[in-house]
Amino acid sequence: MGSRSFASRLRDGDEIARLITMVFAATVVLITLLLVYELWTNSALARAKFGFHFFVTRVWDPNIDQYGALPFMYGTLVTSVLALLIAVPLGIGAAIFLAELAPPRISDTLQFFIDLLAAVPSVIYGLLGVFIIVPLMRTVIFPGLNKPLGFMPFFKGPSYGVGFLTAGIVLAIMVIPYIISVSREVLLSVPRDQREAALALGSTRWESTWKVVVPFAKTGILGSIFLALARALGETMAVTMVIGNTPTISASLFSPGDSIASVIANQFTEATGDLYLQSLVGLGLVLFLMTFILNGLARLLILVTTQRGSGVPT
Amino acid sequence: MKRMAVFVLGVLALGVMVWARQNALLINGAGASFPNPIYSKWFDEYHKKNANIQFNYQSVGSGAGIKQATDGTVDFGASDGPMNDEQLKAFQDKRGSGILHFPTVLGAAVPTYNIPGVTAVLNFTPDALAGIFLGKITKWNDPAIAGANKGVNLPANDIVVVHRSDGSGTTYIWTDYLSKVSDEWKNKVGKNTSVNWPVGLGGKGSEGVTGLVKQTPNSITYVELIYAAQNNISYGTVKNSSGNFIKADLAGVSAAAAGAAKDMPDDFRVSITNAPGKTAYPISSFTWLLIPAKIPDAAKRDAIKGFVKWMLADGQNFAEGLSYAKLPKEVVEKEKKAINNIQ
Repeated sequence: MGSRSFASRLRDGDEIARLITMVFAATVVLITLLLVYELWTNSALARAKFGFHFFVTRVWDPNIDQYGALPFMYGTLVTSVLALLIAVPLGIGAAIFLAELAPPRISDTLQFFIDLLAAVPSVIYGLLGVFIIVPLMRTVIFPGLNKPLGFMPFFKGPSYGVGFLTAGIVLAIMVIPYIISVSREVLLSVPRDQREAALALGSTRWESTWKVVVPFAKTGILGSIFLALARALGETMAVTMVIGNTPTISASLFSPGDSIASVIANQFTEATGDLYLQSLVGLGLVLFLMTFILNGLARLLILVTTQRGSGVPT
Repeated sequence: MKRMAVFVLGVLALGVMVWARQNALLINGAGASFPNPIYSKWFDEYHKKNANIQFNYQSVGSGAGIKQATDGTVDFGASDGPMNDEQLKAFQDKRGSGILHFPTVLGAAVPTYNIPGVTAVLNFTPDALAGIFLGKITKWNDPAIAGANKGVNLPANDIVVVHRSDGSGTTYIWTDYLSKVSDEWKNKVGKNTSVNWPVGLGGKGSEGVTGLVKQTPNSITYVELIYAAQNNISYGTVKNSSGNFIKADLAGVSAAAAGAAKDMPDDFRVSITNAPGKTAYPISSFTWLLIPAKIPDAAKRDAIKGFVKWMLADGQNFAEGLSYAKLPKEVVEKEKKAINNIQ
């Protein structure tokens, strides 16, 4: 191979294919770099004026030109974490059932519905939140949790129906299809002999699933969770419809809040004044940074857990 | 064969239409979304009368309208709030000449609420509205509210304030009014298309805030009069500067404009919230076209001047059908003279 001339390889078409696909791959990197560059240059004023204080300031007031990202960062993080806490057990449980336990016909039918759910636009989930979850939250869930657990700061009132937990639940519903779809595929691709070996050693069906198949697929399942996390961090429309759009930092899950993506969507069109606009772009940069750090942590987590030895090829 | 001929003719006709359209003088504008329905109507009607002139208006929001006009990416802008001195200076610096404000129609913001068991139209004093939105009046049976609503059985429930979360001209009118009637509001919060609200929940868009209010017992918010009218949303009265409680309607809004017309500054940048006049509705506002004072392209200049002239005469007749208040005569006359300032 190596001795063949470039021209002959070109004639084969191998080189052309390589070049074309390489260009495609390079665009991904290019777009990311361009994005960072744009976010960086267009937030120059805000970075110069606020610097590190941007991360720790709670005030967001266009009238005095004072902008801080803290409540929005808090809201983004809390809603996404809540969403994962709800969606991960449900999603993985469902994926295990679909891949390992359900008859193929049921599994495929359900998968069809799950793919359908993943394709629903987020504004529809927002409406679902506004018309069903918000009233349910105010009249059933909040009184139910506040009465026995109200002494804890997480469940303090009052509840308006909208807030962190509502946004978390809507986000959970939105990301569950991703977790199920990807995890099911990964579980299905675990080699048959792994299962057979476990069964041959005398384990029950559940033992072979839980102790052999799931650990084998762990990397892929974690991947599905991070895909879900990324979607939850950046979700705009559905969140803004149910979070209450109030930049507060409160331990109470029922308190209204705000998220980075939602405040950008809300205020960008009417933002006048350079510092105002640049602070909104700065928020975008913060969101990018958060996504970047969380993704890095995720990779680290995969590295650490797989090294502990679960037989997963990396 | 026959079908083929029809097809060819159709294509030809389409081609001619496209060609004619391309030959029309295209004038681009961008800005406020509140007057978008009537602007679309106007531009459409004007195009019917003047086939060679075509307006293209993007309702991207007042802030974006001001920005695009300043950057020169559009021929004119539109805004629900007048440009402030800083923005005027930025325009002057960037373009080397000024920008003119032309009021087109009027709008108003009204308080709407959802209190279980209360069906009466509530009366709001300026102090009550400012107190509620500052978070200082927290119960519906507070004397500041109850005092103006004798005979209405107001509950002792907590008030839930709902406001717009997106930047909007409605918020500008509302906070402009509160700034005028309450010094505390002026100093603590101020007026803008979005502000740092002392209390309350945010809803995105008029439909967002009304949705929240419909669902949340004991809540209050503000919407545009036109939105309330089109969606049959009931709303309260507001006490004006003469001490009368006025339920907003087009006549009341025009009255507010007429009250302010006497003191209309030459650049038309005037706030008519809390305007004088017995029947004036206090939370009213003009909405403006922002037109550069110098338009080098003579054809465009003439087209824009011609449109403004038409808008002030025939155009005004479309306003009330679309729930906008007409400009008072005095303002129309003053604007007609100002058209000559476009050069």
